[in-house]
Amino acid sequence: MRDQPGTAPLLEVRGLAMHFPITEGMVVSRKVGDVKAVDGIDFSIARGETLGLVGESGCGKTTTGRCILRLEKPTQGQILYDGKDISRLPQKELVGLRRRMQVIFQDPYSSLNPRMKVGDIIAEPIRVHGLEPDPRRRRDKVRDLLSVCGLDPKFADRYPHEMSGGQRQRVGIARALAMDPEFIVCDEAVSALDVSIQAQVVNLLEDLRERYHLTYLFIAHDLSVVRHLCQRVAVMYLGRIVEMAESDELFDNPMHPYTQALLSAVPVPDPRVEAGRQFRPARGEIPSPINPPSGCVFHPRCPMAVDNCRKARPTLREMRPGHWVACSEVK
Amino acid sequence: MPPLLEVRDLHTEFRTGAGVVRAVDGISYTVDPGETVAIVGESGSGKSVEALSIMRLIPNPPGRIVSGEVLFDGRDLRKLPEEEMRAVRGRDIGMVFQEPMTSLNPVLTIGRQITETLEQHQGATREDAEKRAIELLEMVGIADSRRRLRQYPHQLSGGMRQRVMIAVALACNPKLIIADEPTTALDVTIQAQILELMKSLTQRLGVAQIIITHNLGVVARYASRVNVMYAGRIVEAGTAEAIYHDPRHPYTVALLKSVPRLDQPRRARLDPVEGSPPDLTKLDGGCAFRPRCRFAVDKCATAYPRLETVGEPGHLAACFRSGEVAAARENTRESAA
Ligand SMILES: Nc1ncnc2c1ncn2[C@@H]1O[C@H](COP(=O)(O)OP(=O)(O)O)[C@@H](O)[C@H]1O
Ligand SMILES: Nc1ncnc2c1ncn2[C@@H]1O[C@H](COP(=O)(O)OP(=O)(O)O)[C@@H](O)[C@H]1O
Ligand SMILES: [Mg+2]
Ligand SMILES: [Mg+2]
Repeated sequence: MRDQPGTAPLLEVRGLAMHFPITEGMVVSRKVGDVKAVDGIDFSIARGETLGLVGESGCGKTTTGRCILRLEKPTQGQILYDGKDISRLPQKELVGLRRRMQVIFQDPYSSLNPRMKVGDIIAEPIRVHGLEPDPRRRRDKVRDLLSVCGLDPKFADRYPHEMSGGQRQRVGIARALAMDPEFIVCDEAVSALDVSIQAQVVNLLEDLRERYHLTYLFIAHDLSVVRHLCQRVAVMYLGRIVEMAESDELFDNPMHPYTQALLSAVPVPDPRVEAGRQFRPARGEIPSPINPPSGCVFHPRCPMAVDNCRKARPTLREMRPGHWVACSEVK
Repeated sequence: MPPLLEVRDLHTEFRTGAGVVRAVDGISYTVDPGETVAIVGESGSGKSVEALSIMRLIPNPPGRIVSGEVLFDGRDLRKLPEEEMRAVRGRDIGMVFQEPMTSLNPVLTIGRQITETLEQHQGATREDAEKRAIELLEMVGIADSRRRLRQYPHQLSGGMRQRVMIAVALACNPKLIIADEPTTALDVTIQAQILELMKSLTQRLGVAQIIITHNLGVVARYASRVNVMYAGRIVEAGTAEAIYHDPRHPYTVALLKSVPRLDQPRRARLDPVEGSPPDLTKLDGGCAFRPRCRFAVDKCATAYPRLETVGEPGHLAACFRSGEVAAARENTRESAA
């Protein structure tokens, strides 16, 4: 619906839900409730696009990424990847898919085997998937990947602990690229990095996207990075998407009261701007996804809430071209 | 009026397998009564070690305060007997850390954490301490404070725990609060609530604050004066206005340019600071920023630039080329206009 006519999206998610059962009892366990980590979301990503997924911790960003990668089997909904629904595929049919989709995590340290040399870490997926059986050519590929990611090929002989956080994140990126993927989930991929290094890695991701025609789902809680790296952005709150629009449109004209509260809470690095800013922190804290509020999940904290917000769940409506908002009070 | 805190040429180092880490390598700055001063820098620049050095909480071994003075309210804290120093901690200087879970005692109730401080430092009776604890919890915005008193830290959310830490820090009417990354672990909306709370309380009670953070937005919103740290030194100091709008150290300039801003339209590319921070065991006599600096000249390798006044009084930068830095900025501004 939001794509150029004639170009099918690479990824389309329809009504995706992931409810984790909460069980009680050691011997005979019974289900006592659900964590509604993701509770019915829809979005699509065009080929070559970067979609940002933002929201505070626990809102379901990682779970959404894991469902798409089929590291979780979603409770409900469809995940159309390149036109094919992969949401229910059994594990053995996912092998081919695993090559096309990769993930880059926040903490490169915990996701890299500390006992392996960097070169072997990057070579392993190539070897396991039989992409390059010849060891010499495999080594060459590893060196290429390192230099594409801005690392000296000599790093192939080092261990992860001998590198800085930024360098390790580049190794994580090189490893993801080793499979020649077309789609990468970046889950807080630059969140742990210092700003000066973060900007280097953001630029690298953007260069790689252009060079290899990659498509990204960029999950992050840092809104400033998302504004600059992503073409479109979806804002999540308690398992739902509350707003979605082109990046500049979303940050310049936020319409959902939650998005507005979220943006007003981010201080910008300029004392003149800060001195003139109205500050409206959202009251209270995020409720539990076990018993989320009825109707609109944001209503208990919302300054605009009316009676109806407690009863009816708002759906995403297109308020301006390409700008979708799930709030019945936004006119 | 004399400053409340004056740190003079403080040096702290750690002996590690890889060599001596000069974590704090000659730092001087002041904090006036009631004022909020920021220490900003990227990870590993020595911010926490600097704060712990003031409080004399550096683990020894491997750490050691090598030299310097910490004048607080007229006394050199480095010369106090340990017993008097204990009284300074928690009574005269309150502390708020990034992860309240590690600084709150997990086996004590919230109430006990506060009453213990009051009994220890102010000789309050149990009953008075409890009454005051309820007041303090209400002051930091914890509703239902009577019930909360009997809860344990793990039963509270991260934001609530940080409110408790603030209550503990304020319990004995301190003159100074040192907040080391107080909201880094929290989500932005909670971060905003906590920072606003700290601002309004310190203003109301006239408490001075040192906010230590890597977040340039937080500094812009809350600090009146700013110290920028790089590799164990303060490379630039001044009012927030001077630091953000008239930076004179190449690192400050580069750092500000590298931050993506929420209030500016999408840019295709960000402007990173190229290279990476130095290994603190391998510092030489030159400027630690020079390998990443586009203004560096030969001299930068042989001598370390002192912090000197640039522009307005109180605006200091440690760079031989700060004049050229300012001129280059003028040029880009003109060519942009
Ligand atoms: N395997 C799991 N079992 C039970 N609950 C889970 C599981 N994974 C995530 N959750 C819960 O789902 C919610 C969303 O988590 P997550 O997707 O990690 O959020 P985010 O990445 O936005 O911080 C949280 O409340 C989390 O505790
Ligand atoms: N206990 C310690 N042993 C050895 N080195 C330490 C210790 N604590 C801190 N350091 C070193 O001191 C330097 C400054 O650290 P720190 O003050 O924590 O940085 P920041 O708070 O700015 O991120 C770092 O290089 C760090 O590795
Ligand atoms: Mg996550
Ligand atoms: Mg620190």
